[in-house]
Amino acid sequence: MGAELTDKILDKKIVQRVAKLSSLAVKEDELAIYAADLGGIINWMEQLNGVDITDVQPMVGTEIAQLRLREDVVTDGDCKEDVLSNAPERIADFYAVPKVVE
Amino acid sequence: MLTGMKITEAVDGLRQKKFSAEELTKAHVNAINKLNDRINAYITVTADAAIEQAKAADQKLAAGDAPALTGIPLAIKDLFCTKGVKTTAASRILENFVPPYESTVTANLLRDGAVFLGKVNLDEFAMGSGNLNSAFGAVENPWKRQGEDTFLVPGGSSGGSAAAVAAQMAMGATGTDTGGSIRQPAAYCGITGIKPTYGRCSRWGIIAYASSLDQAGPMGKSVEDCAIMLQSMAGFDPKDSTSVDKEVPDYRAACNRSLKGMKVGIPMEYRVPGLSPEIEAVWQQGINWLKEAGCEIVDVSLPHTKHGLATYYIIAPAEASSNLARYDGVRYGRRVDGASLDELYANTRGAGFGDEVKRRILMGTYVLSAGYYDAYYLRAQKVRKLINQDFMNVFDKVDVLLTPTAPTAAFAKGENQEDPVQMYLNDIFTVPASMAGVPGLALPAGLSSQGLPLGLQLLGRPFGEETLFAVGSAMEKAANFTHKPTLRAGGSL
Amino acid sequence: MSYMIEGSTGAWEVVIGLEVHAQVISKAKLFSGASAHFGADPNTHVSLVDAAFPGMLPVLNRECVDQAIRTGLGLNAKINLMSRFDRKNYFYADLPQGYQISQFEFPIVGEGSIEIELEDGSVKNIGITRLHLEQDAGKSIHDLTPKDTVVDLNRSGVALMEIVSEPDMRSPEEAGAYLRKIRAIVRYLGTCDGNMEEGSMRADVNVSVRKPGEDYRTRCELKNINSIRYVMQAIEIEAKRHIEIYENGGEVDQETRLFDVARGETRTMRSKENAHDYRYFPDPDLLPLIVEQSHVDHLKSTLAELPDDKRNRFQSEYGLPRYDANVLVAEQDVANFFEKVAKNRDGRMASNWVTGELFAVLNKQGLTIHESPISADALGSLLDLIADNTINGKIAKEVFEDMVETGDMPGDIVERKGLKQVTDTGAIEKVIAEILAANPDKIAQYKSGKDKLFGFFVGQVMKEMQGKANPAIVNDLLKKQLS
Repeated sequence: MGAELTDKILDKKIVQRVAKLSSLAVKEDELAIYAADLGGIINWMEQLNGVDITDVQPMVGTEIAQLRLREDVVTDGDCKEDVLSNAPERIADFYAVPKVVE
Repeated sequence: MLTGMKITEAVDGLRQKKFSAEELTKAHVNAINKLNDRINAYITVTADAAIEQAKAADQKLAAGDAPALTGIPLAIKDLFCTKGVKTTAASRILENFVPPYESTVTANLLRDGAVFLGKVNLDEFAMGSGNLNSAFGAVENPWKRQGEDTFLVPGGSSGGSAAAVAAQMAMGATGTDTGGSIRQPAAYCGITGIKPTYGRCSRWGIIAYASSLDQAGPMGKSVEDCAIMLQSMAGFDPKDSTSVDKEVPDYRAACNRSLKGMKVGIPMEYRVPGLSPEIEAVWQQGINWLKEAGCEIVDVSLPHTKHGLATYYIIAPAEASSNLARYDGVRYGRRVDGASLDELYANTRGAGFGDEVKRRILMGTYVLSAGYYDAYYLRAQKVRKLINQDFMNVFDKVDVLLTPTAPTAAFAKGENQEDPVQMYLNDIFTVPASMAGVPGLALPAGLSSQGLPLGLQLLGRPFGEETLFAVGSAMEKAANFTHKPTLRAGGSL
Repeated sequence: MSYMIEGSTGAWEVVIGLEVHAQVISKAKLFSGASAHFGADPNTHVSLVDAAFPGMLPVLNRECVDQAIRTGLGLNAKINLMSRFDRKNYFYADLPQGYQISQFEFPIVGEGSIEIELEDGSVKNIGITRLHLEQDAGKSIHDLTPKDTVVDLNRSGVALMEIVSEPDMRSPEEAGAYLRKIRAIVRYLGTCDGNMEEGSMRADVNVSVRKPGEDYRTRCELKNINSIRYVMQAIEIEAKRHIEIYENGGEVDQETRLFDVARGETRTMRSKENAHDYRYFPDPDLLPLIVEQSHVDHLKSTLAELPDDKRNRFQSEYGLPRYDANVLVAEQDVANFFEKVAKNRDGRMASNWVTGELFAVLNKQGLTIHESPISADALGSLLDLIADNTINGKIAKEVFEDMVETGDMPGDIVERKGLKQVTDTGAIEKVIAEILAANPDKIAQYKSGKDKLFGFFVGQVMKEMQGKANPAIVNDLLKKQLS
């Protein structure tokens, strides 16, 4: 996989697509700057292509502990005011956003 | 000077009635009032509440019912949610966020009697190495190059914490460390800080940057001060699935342990090309101190650590891109309206996040996106495994590793800033331990020719904090680092 | 035999796979301590974890894991001792975290299979690809005010099981049978209440068509259908749409579509227009989930009886034909009702009464077995009256109708109406004598070979005795008299 990624320069289109996936408004003049920045970072990351990862399992978490489980008991909730107290816009006991058309 | 004391001294002084907790807190509030306009360490100062807490502490002290940190005034990194106190993560997007809950770590400190002076500055969402990425302005390092007044950065992301402690605007501070955010600013500001083992301190209530790396820790004026604070901060928390159910040992007692027969590893890969001769000299000095203390010095190799930084800058932004998706202007935080929900999201996040945060979100989204996941994220997770194995192999042979904390002393605002990769290189010595989840302690070891503090770093086995405190204390004694920064309470400003 | 749709270019086969989202029965949510109970006031069953406040963290609910394992066992599936939670990233108003915690790469349950029974009596195996645990989203309400969508997070974080089938179904009937079977299994196990109307079970349907023998063609996904009948309708409508496109020389686009019940058509979902890139990656707030084999064994040993096992038992224990047993076990409550009626009684008779008379009444009145006007005990007593010859079968039906109407116990009705069967041979002989005396011509015809007239005499006797005579005794005596 490695070689084909070497010297990849991010074009503005990719930045635009990634910005959309990230729900970030990026101005036209910023696109080129981000493209250059990200392209530089990505080229620098290409060093990892030289590492032999044959048969290496990916590290998930820091492998110090196992997942703990919680008992099935209701211990939380019923805190409507806490939940809604910071809402930028609230209608009755709901959060409100501009109308979504399905 | 009440603000010049260490926590150990203040704990004794309070119990011996040499001064009251109220006096101690007021002295720090005065220091904040005097210095914060310039240093900008605090985003929010909670002076009135602090004085109330101090009065309550005095009553507890009088009643003889005072836990370890009773009356000790601390600064809290503004990444820890504090109940009823604005918590911003140094971001516009949370500029008015008031959490209805208290993080586990700060709740532990309150349980043990600590007084909170306020919330200190940081790089937005803990993303940065210079505290230059704050929506509430940069923090000025209290240290100055000899004969200059150049604005130096305090390091990051816990820059406000480090500056507040160095300038004596708090006796200690909480920090968080994802890739070096406690250790690097500690080095730049000439103080001590420890990033504990991942899972040692609860992450519950700490605003997440990169969940698999984030870890809270103390920053203070001495190794023993850090031990006292970590004793309180650490512990199992069932609300954090990654918190480890393991008893917290007596860290303060560990500070006095003998180092006889201890094996100290010197990883050759940390001798990076272009390492400043001054740093190299301090490192050699540290090696000599430990030899004199009875340690055996062993050359070791961590062959994959050179890839730590690139690995980090894939994994951390990937996790961040997802962790920061919740800041959407719907349930809390800043909202910038839009004609549709999608526009509202894009406008809110576009206006609410700063440049570096946006850069890392874009980067993280990119490395996780279809077609790139295997090439970047999965590969990085595998390299991370190799880095982890390097550490585990080395810790079969040695008890602790000694390295520099940062490749340079504090740099000036404006230096290192054009290219993000140059900026990322500040974390080169701190990131590998974060990747492996092992603990790291940073302490000041000497001054540069320009009069700036230079730090050394000790890395230990998982849950080997006691060893770090023992070795750190011995080095602290040997170094006898008594230099003080230019900007400080009772200083010349 | 098999289901095919005739197009202008010949017969088309329909290929169907189903993704069932089943809400797990648990007290608390999958990753928080808030109540999972349905129907509370808006935003009350919500913790700060569910609302994704900064610094809030998920902790996995043990019972939800066990429920998933039980369901996996019920699907005859492999339980994966190591599974993992991943984040599925996308923005939506009712998705507070900006991601759904799901299991993408390593689900807790792997491959399995279930049997479905079809109307023609044939049995078919349907493969299960996987079952995984995931969080439900909150609810967006679009019609509360003209300008806003409002969000209630009560459902946010409730545990769901997504059960994915292989594309093994070939007709709407098979899809319907599959869904009914899945619903029966989760209800038997108590892992999901299976109520599609309330949304605690929903189906996404993947439909494609092909000419027999071909490879799979492009499929479309029909989202969130909330009744078995609609699933069956949607499949037919969608399959016909594909056939029309192909036969007009077009190509089907792989897309997510919505089934519009009122218009009887499917259409593209606008909100899903852009192909999503969900950027799955392991949730760093959680570690891999490790389950011990001994724990799986324990859950297996305490598992409720499954529908297929119950059917087999009904066949052997009560001597029921497979078809009848299947009808009875389709719903657990019906099976339980039947067992109460059948206990220490004639099982076949109990089955006939439940699936015959009782079902007819329930269907007619639109009632569930829970709402049955006749209790299992009452029906049992009726069967007892037949068994001990207090009443005959014909009178029993009259008593049954009375029971439906009045709710009285059968014994009381028999008393009140004087319906007790007459077994006194003297009384019956007396009536026979009267009938024979009144019909000498019929006797002559009978004796000359018109055997069918025997029935006429039985009828006349029964009529005279208001149906209360024991039919066997009437038969015996008549035969004697006529020979």
